[in-house]
Order: sequence, then C-alpha cells, then structure tokens
Amino acid sequence: MASWKYLLQSVLYAAFIALIGYFSVAPAYRHAHPELAVIKLAFSHAAERLEPCRKLTPEELAQLAPNMRRPMECERERLPLLVELEIDGELVFRAEEPPTGLWQDGAATIYQKFQVQPGSHELVARLRDGRDTVGFDYEQAASVELAAGQNFVIGFRAAAGGFKFQ
Amino acid sequence: MNLLKDFGRRLFERVEGGFDLAFPAEWNPFRQLGALGWFFYWIVAASGIYLYIFFDTGLTRAYESIEWIMNNQWYVGQVMRSLHRYASDALVVVVVLHLLREFSLDRMRGTRWFAWFTGIPLLWFLYACGISGYWLVWDVLAQYIAIATTEWLDTLPIFGEPTAANFVNSAALSGRFFSLMVFIHIAVPLIMLFLMWVHIQRYARPRMNPPRGLAAGTLAALVVLSLVFPAVSQAPANLDTVPAVIGFDWFYLAIYPLLDVVPGGQLWLGLAIGTVILAVLPWAPPLQKLATAEVDLDNCNGCGRCAEDCPFEAIIMGPRTDGAAYDTEAVVNASNCVSCGICAGACPTSTPHRRATDLMPGIQLPGYPIAELRDRTRATGQALSGDDRVMVFGCEQSRDLAKLSAPGVGVVVLPCVGMLPPSFIDWVLARDLADGVLVSGCARGDCYQRLGGNWTRQRVARQRDPYLRARVPDERVGLCWTPSGDRAGRQATLDALRSGLATAPQLKRRAERTRPAEATGG
Repeated sequence: MASWKYLLQSVLYAAFIALIGYFSVAPAYRHAHPELAVIKLAFSHAAERLEPCRKLTPEELAQLAPNMRRPMECERERLPLLVELEIDGELVFRAEEPPTGLWQDGAATIYQKFQVQPGSHELVARLRDGRDTVGFDYEQAASVELAAGQNFVIGFRAAAGGFKFQ
Repeated sequence: MNLLKDFGRRLFERVEGGFDLAFPAEWNPFRQLGALGWFFYWIVAASGIYLYIFFDTGLTRAYESIEWIMNNQWYVGQVMRSLHRYASDALVVVVVLHLLREFSLDRMRGTRWFAWFTGIPLLWFLYACGISGYWLVWDVLAQYIAIATTEWLDTLPIFGEPTAANFVNSAALSGRFFSLMVFIHIAVPLIMLFLMWVHIQRYARPRMNPPRGLAAGTLAALVVLSLVFPAVSQAPANLDTVPAVIGFDWFYLAIYPLLDVVPGGQLWLGLAIGTVILAVLPWAPPLQKLATAEVDLDNCNGCGRCAEDCPFEAIIMGPRTDGAAYDTEAVVNASNCVSCGICAGACPTSTPHRRATDLMPGIQLPGYPIAELRDRTRATGQALSGDDRVMVFGCEQSRDLAKLSAPGVGVVVLPCVGMLPPSFIDWVLARDLADGVLVSGCARGDCYQRLGGNWTRQRVARQRDPYLRARVPDERVGLCWTPSGDRAGRQATLDALRSGLATAPQLKRRAERTRPAEATGG
C-alpha cells in the first residue's frame, strides 16, 4: 500500500476519534438555570379510606368461619389527596392526587418541581387526606433561604407530624 | 421510500468512494460496520471487566473508586476507563450507520428481515447499557441521568411509587437502587450479546471480526484518544444541588434534552411508534423476489457444494429420498433463500458443455435456469463483432451495467456473480463467443448477496470448487469489483481487459495440451 494511503488513513482515524472524543462530553448541556434554585414537593402518602371502617355486629361475626373473624370491616378504596403549595403568598400548586393501585388502595404520590430565584422565600404547604371537604388536615409554613443551584425538598411524613422542609 | 433509499445509497457510495482512496476495499470501514460493532463490543466488555475489578459498587464509594483507578494507575486504568467510554460511543456510531446503510442498500427485506427485526431491540439494549453505565460513575452527569431517567420512567403507569423519589435529596438516597443499576449494567450487555448472536443466525459465515489491519488501526486510534484525551468524571454527585450545566455524551443522551420540552409520556409514545415503524420496514413493501432455488434429484449427487456456498444457510444436506445411491441430497429452506443463484454457480452439474438435450443442474433458480443463462450467453456472444470481443457477466446490483454494451461487448446480468459457474467462462472462450470474459460484481467485502464475490474470486483463482479450468488463460479473464454506482471503474477495467486481448495467449485446446509437438510442428 502506498505511503500516502497510510497518511490518508491516519487523517480519517484522527477525524473519527476527534468526533468520538468531542461529542462524548461536549457541547455541555444546560439542563437548568445555574442561577436558580429548585423546590421539590415530593412524597407519597395514603389518604383515609373512602368509607370508614365499620365494626362487625355479633351476628355478622357468627356467620364467618372462626379463623376469618375480624373486629372491623374496611373497604379498600382510599380518598384522593388534596395538596397545595404557596410560595411567597402565591399558590403555585394545587392538585387532587388519586390513590395508586388497581383497587385505588395505595398511597397517592406527589412529585413536582419549581424553579425559584435564590434568596428568602415563604413557603406554605397544605394537605387534606380525610373526608372533610373543607380545610386541610395538615398545614405548615416555613421561611427558607435558598442559594443558587440549591435543591430544596418539601417532603411529608404523617408519623413525623406532617410536612418536612429540608 | 425508494427515493429515500436511493438518496441514502448514493450518499453512502460517495462517502465510501472517498474512504476507498485511503483503505483497501475490504478494509473500508463502511463495509465492515457490523464487524466493527462486534469489535467495539468486545473492547467495551474487556475494559469493563477490568474496571469492575477495582470498582466499588457501594453508592458512597463508587466515585472514589473510579478516581482511584484514574489517579493511581493511569497507565492502565485511565486507558481502560477511556476505552470503555470511547468504544461504547463508537459502538453507537457504527450501529446507527449500519442501520442506515442496510436500509439505504435495501438489505433488510426478504429473508434479511430476521437480522433487521432482531437488530431493533438491540438498539434499546445498547442505550440501556450506556445510560446505566454513566449512572455508575455517580458524578454530576450520573445525578442528572438518575433524576431525568427516573422522572421519565415515572410517566409510565408501571410503578406504584415514583422512582424519582429515590433521588429527591441526599437523605432519600438508597444504595439499593444503585445496586440495581450495577446489576442492570452487567445483565443487559449479556442479554445484548445473546441478541447479537440471534441477529446473525440466518447468515452463513457471519462477519464478526473486521480485517486485522482495520481492527489494529481502530484500536490504536482509540488508545491514542484515551491517552491524549482521557475520559474523566465530572464533579461528584450532590443531590442537594441541581445539576445545571453538564458535560454531555451526545451519543447516548441526545434524547434527554427533549424531556425538557416534551412530556415524558409523549416521548415514550414517539419512541414506541418509531420502533414499530423501524421494525416493519422490511415489509414496506415486501420484497418481490424470484422463485427460490429448486433441487433436481436426478442431477443431484449430494456433493454438498451448494450448501457450503449458500450465504444464507438456506440449503442443508438431508438424507436421500429418491433411492439413488448417494447418502445425501440438497434440501432448500425456501424461507431463507434469497434467490441469488450462488448454489447453481456452485453445482458441478451447471456446465454449459453438457450435451444433454436439457441442461438441468442439480440445483438452480426456476426463474433463471442455467439453460436460460446458456441461451442468453450464446445469443449475446453471437451478436458481438471485432477482434477484442468481451462477454461481461455482471451482478444486477451494479447500476447502469447495460451501458457497458458495445459492438464488441455483450452484457449478461445475473442476480449475483456467484451464480456464474466457472465453466461458463471456459465455454464462452472455447466456443469463440468472445475473446475475453469480464466478471463484474459488487465491491470487495460488500457483496449484496454476502459471499458471491468471494466464491467467484476463489473459483476463478482455482482455489475453490468448482474450479475454472486450467486451460483458460488468465489474461483473457477480467475481474471487476466496484461499488454499484462506479460505472467509470467498470469501464476502465473493461478497457484494460480489451486492450490486452490482442497479445493474450489462446485457450489451450485438448489437442494442444496432449500433443504439443504436433501442434507446434503443425
């Protein structure tokens, strides 16, 4: 093979690795504004059951096999969650989230992101998981100071008292 | 569809023509895309095994262990890590080009549907491999991929709880999900390997290794890239911050920016529709091919040459069914047959010298029987005039082949040059139908019917059965292996053959070979 062919091959190999090397890291992708912070509202929570549990009568219990007798009868289906989030007095999110599962008996899940300017913010999170149609079962406010690029999460754990700002 | 294919075909021909200037025809990377894919896979696998020895699969130690590899054994670790990434990227490049080229050259319809169809899921597995690999580094890019991927997955109604919740912040992070990714990054390539094996199942002698020179050059290029521009991690992941500007591997992640503008569910739908469209392309429209090869048991002695030469494993040798005194007979699997006629070219009974009333070989294409080939050849030869008459046997894939025709040049077109029994070359010269024979097929390493060019070269070089008879002077036989659109290349080869015919030795007749003294003393 002529030497100029080897030279040409080298050029083509160089072009190939230049293509691979460059596009394996560049150009950089700007996924989010680096000067903004993000507030994530993210949690799972099971609302109350659609129908309250009912105590079985002695007659009903007697009709059941001895090993199947239980004190309470509970329907599986749950209520939806009603969730609100206010940032600096502005309602940025309000949604009624249905329970998961084929029988609508699982926890409802919330996963929302909000880009905000860094600095001080007043946050108010509310959640209704009961049968009352007015008001909220949980409401919590917090003043937070967010830095640029910070990921701030609002979670929820009923056992820990409600919303968790972190 | 045909316009698109034609555009792609011409584009590939032009680019490949440029590469032909630098590479020997069989080294041309565009003709080795599938083999290069295998080659890159093995580089990725070997470098991955090496990295896994030192990789700490724990979530908090993964990043550190990779940094340790990079900093404490740059001589091997850095190269291995870089090869792992760059060969993975190169794999994407050759796979995409392979797909586009096979589409453009219409090599996915008919029997080839199987390779095309089984190649489509490979795309998904390839991307799953790459994306899960980036996840394991657990740097800022991994953080972005973890969050974007899980958010995207959560748009599918398959998870009870959002998987993205695992990555909302550092407190939520669990090593279990990370362990799952390690498992996926090992399991998916193994599944991919199995699918790659399935992908080539209907091909005889599948090309799984590129020519050594091309392999060495490619590997050397990747090593140079690894040394000059080693793959490095970005800043370690920190879920308490938002990955904003990220160094991006566009080969694997090009689709991710779409997630910022298109809802994830719609993107899944688009990918699903795109996958289905790709998968059904072999039937859009179905290939209209000649009737598949048929065996004539009266002329089949079970020699097995047709089965040996079939590029698509469409012929097997089965037990004899007609009571003849041979052990086996050729059996055609019509669903695998592409009607290339290579089996007829391999059959020792496909000889035009036969004096039988009917020229009926042991195997042939009913739509283009060998007797018809002989008739066409005879008619074409009888119409030639001049002192440098040439009979061209050409592959139908060569564009504008008929334009080679001239008063002294006749063209006989075949589905593949592999269909030409070498005895036809001898017969044309012996019957003085032409002064020379040119066999014109696809470019080396790029036979449309996969192996027809190889077998023809070997038969004419008297290295493969059926051999070209020794009495045929090499100077009267030209071989031309050019890309489909290279009309000028074919014309140049033809002109060169014709110009040498005046001084070429004559065919040695039986009398000349057995009684040289008589002949010369004449």
